[in-house]
Amino acid sequence: MTSETKKTLFTPFNIFAGIVLLIGAYLTVMRFTGGLAAVTNLDDNNPWGIWIGFDLLCGVALAAGGFTTSAAVYIFGMKKYHSAVRPAILTAFLGYALVVFALHYDVGRPWRLPYPIFLQPGTTSLLYEVGLCVFLYLTVLAIEYSVAALEWLGLKKLRSLVHKLTLLLTIFGVVLSTLHQSSLGALYLIAPSKLHPLWYSTYLPIQFFVSAIAVGLSMVIFEGTLSHKPFHHKMDATFLAEHDGVILGFARGASMVLACYLAIKIIALGADNNWKYLVSGWGAWYLFEILGFVALPSLLYAIGSRERNIKLIKWTAALTVFGVVLNRFNVSLVAFNWQLPSAQRYFPSWGEIGVSVFVVVVGILVFRFIVTRMPIFYEHPEYKDAH
Amino acid sequence: MRRRKFLALMGVAGAGLALGKTPAQAAGNVHFEGYPDAKAVLFDATRCIGCRKCEAACNKVNKLPAPAKPFDDLKVLDGERRTTAKAYTVVNRYQPAGAAAPVFRKLQCNHCQEPACASACFVRAFKKNPDGSVTYDASVCVGCRYCMMACPFNVPAYEYDEPLTPRVMKCTMCHPQIESGELTMPGCVGACPKEALVYGKRKDILKIAHARIEAFPGRYVDHVYGESEMGGTNWLYLSGVPFKEIGMREDLGVTSAPELTSGALAVVPMVAAVWPALLGGIWAISKRNGKVADEERKEAVKTAVAANQADNDAKLAKAKEQAEKDKKDSIEREVKKALEEAASAAKEEEGA
Repeated sequence: MTSETKKTLFTPFNIFAGIVLLIGAYLTVMRFTGGLAAVTNLDDNNPWGIWIGFDLLCGVALAAGGFTTSAAVYIFGMKKYHSAVRPAILTAFLGYALVVFALHYDVGRPWRLPYPIFLQPGTTSLLYEVGLCVFLYLTVLAIEYSVAALEWLGLKKLRSLVHKLTLLLTIFGVVLSTLHQSSLGALYLIAPSKLHPLWYSTYLPIQFFVSAIAVGLSMVIFEGTLSHKPFHHKMDATFLAEHDGVILGFARGASMVLACYLAIKIIALGADNNWKYLVSGWGAWYLFEILGFVALPSLLYAIGSRERNIKLIKWTAALTVFGVVLNRFNVSLVAFNWQLPSAQRYFPSWGEIGVSVFVVVVGILVFRFIVTRMPIFYEHPEYKDAH
Repeated sequence: MRRRKFLALMGVAGAGLALGKTPAQAAGNVHFEGYPDAKAVLFDATRCIGCRKCEAACNKVNKLPAPAKPFDDLKVLDGERRTTAKAYTVVNRYQPAGAAAPVFRKLQCNHCQEPACASACFVRAFKKNPDGSVTYDASVCVGCRYCMMACPFNVPAYEYDEPLTPRVMKCTMCHPQIESGELTMPGCVGACPKEALVYGKRKDILKIAHARIEAFPGRYVDHVYGESEMGGTNWLYLSGVPFKEIGMREDLGVTSAPELTSGALAVVPMVAAVWPALLGGIWAISKRNGKVADEERKEAVKTAVAANQADNDAKLAKAKEQAEKDKKDSIEREVKKALEEAASAAKEEEGA
């Protein structure tokens, strides 16, 4: 382990992360002393920017690996993917925690975030549903993740008590995820006059939900690939042996889910008779999205899993993740307010991008802290076969 | 807002099962036409001269900060403006194609009959009052700005430069001032020198609007804007030129904002009710499948072991039998040999 002990704190990534944290601290001070105007390009016509479009919409979608993986293993009984559950739950937990963290920058009075849940619920609002479900699901994920932390801390009795709740928490997690993943799309149902018809659909909730499953499966593959090199020494024999099986199985699943998503997109196009919009600049952009980032990855996943081409699958996972990010950007930013003159359109400021990067880097640092200490990629020796 | 609460409760109770129908429709053949004594304001674009006196009055009665340029500076009209956190109402000037003179249009909150902002607010900070006004309560607002996303008229504005106490700002139809007796009608209406603004009961205001169209059919477009747009508004408009020529959208439709989301909201309790049963069932099936597969595997192993055992036993028995036979044979052979030897020895003795 000489290479371990020789490691310096000043790796290129650590230096980058340090700079980002400093910028983040500066932007935090700016935001809470000068208001949103000091950091963002938001205005009265464009009240939601990338802190909603990326931090909230993409953050929640990319964290969908948690409920899809735990549902596959604990509900559908696909036990061969068991070693993928913990990394997925951890990513989901951190993802949701960071979504809530990032919202503290965006909303005007963050300490009032509990108001809609405990003080005066606005039950006619889709945002209320999102808020309630994210709050409850973050709690569920914290409990699900706590099993690993309790093993690390050696609290056996509490650990076995929490572990008994697995099935209940998994089902609750799927219910909550179904609701808030879809509600993020449903947020835009109230504004048909602002969102371009190619992206506006009464099927927006189901489109968001199905694409979240596809990106959840893809994130497990994508993130496993990213984790493999830096954390290889932390992965046990079971994890490494099951890894290729997880990739092949999830690729097959993602291929089918993407095909389903494509079908829903086309049905939506037909249901509102929006074909005429396809022959326009917006139409080209729309086709770029659904052909390049829905149809293509569905096909590539199918080829990859049939030919057991792990490399192709990994690239396809990245393509799918990028595609869902593109979709959320299109709905929340690009095709939103499409009728406004270009001078009144929104483009993020460097401060907004800075905060979003800051939030992602915080997530990576916490992830690294946890997986290098707690049983995430390996089974704790004292709890083998205890699941 | 009692009706909104009722809708919410019906939604939660799953009364709105049918997608695309509002809970109210599902609950009965009821159509909300607004509070009976609700007030409204009529703006007549053919009368407005763009003097900005309404803007000045609004600024005064709402105690808003003084603008950068004074209200009598009409150069402000050169650019198109919108409502802001410091101006609840603005007047814009338009030059429609073919019109001899410019046309002015006043902009402020339209006070929808079923407001998008109130429907979208997750902390019920907005309220539709029985007098027709839509008001906002900053004491509960979280500052999420979903009301601004939802408003089809782009009316609510936000105090982006307030670090810790930003409010959403918009016209109140002077509800607080009228309620306290400070005013008898909205500040802008009282300040208009050309009677381009009329304040009264919405029912009466609609009659006045239609009467004007009927009396001067050549002067007006045959449409009262706001009578049914987005489910109807409490600010109504008459114009001599098409509304889209004076910056008003004609493609908003007549569906109110709550109706746009009621279908999605109605599905919520169904997901919560159906999913656990369905997922629990799938879990039970997959568990049972696993158990059956396990048992079958055990049974197969048992059978294989048993068959193997029998085979071995047979082989062993056969081997044993062979060994016995060999032993017997060798004994017999030895005995025979001994006897033969004894016999030949006897012969030799006899011969000697």
